[in-house]
Amino acid sequence: MSETWIHIIMVVLILLVLLTIAAGLIYVERRMLAVWQDRYGPNRTGPFGLLQVLADMVKIFFKEDWIPPFADKKVFVIAPTIVMMAVLMSFAVIPFTPGIGVVDLNIGVLFFLAMSSMGAYSVVLAGWASNNKYSLLGGIRGSAQMISYEVFMGLSLMGVVILAGSFNLRDIVEAQRKIWFFIPQIVGFVIFFLAGLAETHRLPFDIPEAESELIAGYHSEYSGMKFGMFFVGEYLGITLISALVTTLYFGGWLGPHFLPPIVWFLIKMFAFILLFILIRATLPRPRYDQLMSLGWKVLLPLALLNLLVTGAVVLYWHL
Amino acid sequence: MISHLRSLWLVFKHMFHKRETVQYPEEKPYLPPRWRGRIVLTRDPDGMERCVACYLCAAACPVDCISLQATEDENGRRYPEFFRINFSRCIFCGYCEDACPTYAIQLIPDFEMAEYDRQNLVYEKEHLLISGQGKYHGYNFYRVAGVDAGVKPKGGGEKESEPVDVRKLLP
Amino acid sequence: MNIIFYLSAVVAIYCTLRAVFHKHAVHALLYLIVSLLAVAVVFFVLGAPFLAALEVIIYAGAIMVLFVFVVMMLNRGEAAIQQEKAWLQFSTWAWPAVFVLLLFAEWLYLLFYQPPAVAPVGGNQSIMPQQVGEALFTRYLLGVEMAAMLLMAGVIGAYHIGKQKQRNYHRYLEEEENLRSTASEKQTQQVI
Repeated sequence: MSETWIHIIMVVLILLVLLTIAAGLIYVERRMLAVWQDRYGPNRTGPFGLLQVLADMVKIFFKEDWIPPFADKKVFVIAPTIVMMAVLMSFAVIPFTPGIGVVDLNIGVLFFLAMSSMGAYSVVLAGWASNNKYSLLGGIRGSAQMISYEVFMGLSLMGVVILAGSFNLRDIVEAQRKIWFFIPQIVGFVIFFLAGLAETHRLPFDIPEAESELIAGYHSEYSGMKFGMFFVGEYLGITLISALVTTLYFGGWLGPHFLPPIVWFLIKMFAFILLFILIRATLPRPRYDQLMSLGWKVLLPLALLNLLVTGAVVLYWHL
Repeated sequence: MISHLRSLWLVFKHMFHKRETVQYPEEKPYLPPRWRGRIVLTRDPDGMERCVACYLCAAACPVDCISLQATEDENGRRYPEFFRINFSRCIFCGYCEDACPTYAIQLIPDFEMAEYDRQNLVYEKEHLLISGQGKYHGYNFYRVAGVDAGVKPKGGGEKESEPVDVRKLLP
Repeated sequence: MNIIFYLSAVVAIYCTLRAVFHKHAVHALLYLIVSLLAVAVVFFVLGAPFLAALEVIIYAGAIMVLFVFVVMMLNRGEAAIQQEKAWLQFSTWAWPAVFVLLLFAEWLYLLFYQPPAVAPVGGNQSIMPQQVGEALFTRYLLGVEMAAMLLMAGVIGAYHIGKQKQRNYHRYLEEEENLRSTASEKQTQQVI
């Protein structure tokens, strides 16, 4: 019984830490964007502006939670919860350290893919339920983008799966004791990272919510905590993709022994979160057809080729 | 691809550049003397109001934010009975300063006049009138004007000749 | 495990019924998605995690998104709901319901009065992705190959449909192209 309790406490702790990270990212992102644009960013509230997170949360909680009268109410309410749930469920399979992790699922990678494909619903449903032209356009763009990028996200992961011989993320990390997979799987890593950018609709690929064209895309009609759910869901998505890149390509908790495993994991994860923000600070948004043709004409063949070569090499040398 | 990586690197290097932000309340920006900010009414060197209530500023104002009412004192000196500027309408164009014949109305380098209540942005004469001479020192309109308004007798001004008696024939 | 199985089974059946009877197309689709998810849970409980994941990824994650997408694009509104109401008459659903009930009764009979002819494959242990892969590429290789051919045909067809003729946005360019094509026709005629 006590083991069950420890497990439950661990799950709650992981949840709390993740939500804290996601909320903290609001501050980190604003601050880092400012740093890369020769500004200061929020630095007034509290020491180094750290209380900005608190201020933002308070603001978002106390805003009027408004459901437009022309919206489809049930779907409108469900949509933002889906994104949070899908992303938080995905964290269940991520092994933070040998000891810390929610479940040790044999189909971990597939479970993540399944949950990320669920995430597409929140965009589609939010866009549709708002009953607003811009929202619908955003939802359509979002679903098309997410479905197409899921394809090669899955394909790019298969190289890692072949090398590790398992869908289990723990086994994948253990298989990287000799060499981190981003060296043999550099192509897969790049494709996975780009697909991750598109999955979380982060800035170069934020076409579903492009401010300058679609106001805010699928969440133009959302306010208050419902908008907050999308917001936190996006940051959780960044954290998730960073954690997955760490697990799949950069050896998860593995690292020299002078630091505990969880620290190694967090260092790697935050490095990728910062890379996400750096990419946001740098790259402009592509046109929609450019995004699609990049996906289907470049990334998909590359992912297939990567899969083919990896499979052939593994078969030939019996790795 | 290479260019994208290059721009990523260039943006990353901005981490170590100097910040462009001016930390405003602690660090004030430099405002040049002729900066068009808050509008004031100035006094002449004798400490009297310069404004002669000629309405030229109100006429020049493109947003009609100036309103005033002229009156005279016992010496015949014109001055505004009230002078009101609605700063929630003012666009700080400076036309009133251009139009003013007596250097009375002036725009000074001060912009910190935010209010919580919109009504507080309507400045009356006592808010506008300052005790100094503003940007133009030593000018006193009634000393050079031809009229006698208690400042100097007729013909007693600078570079002013005695008034001509029009009833005499000889010059 | 039994409780989870029955719970998700009930959810699946209820949601499927709602999907059939719901008048609002998008809501009906959402119920269908929930039903698919419940079926995935059933698969998981029965010891086929790989199948459960694929069910979610492919059916709930990809195909249903496209369905929702299309229905949303059409966005029929109130009129469609009225039409659904008109269609869903007793005379319409009576006979299908009778057939379904017949099948259900047969199934119940088989379930309770007939011992299962063969033990379920894999017994009680769960089937891992490796086993699925091995089975697919050894015993069922022919099926995989045929599916691959079908998919290939689909890809080629989609490419063909999606291929657009190059459009000219100016009449001068069009004329030029016409000239060129007639010239090439002449050449081919000469060759012939």
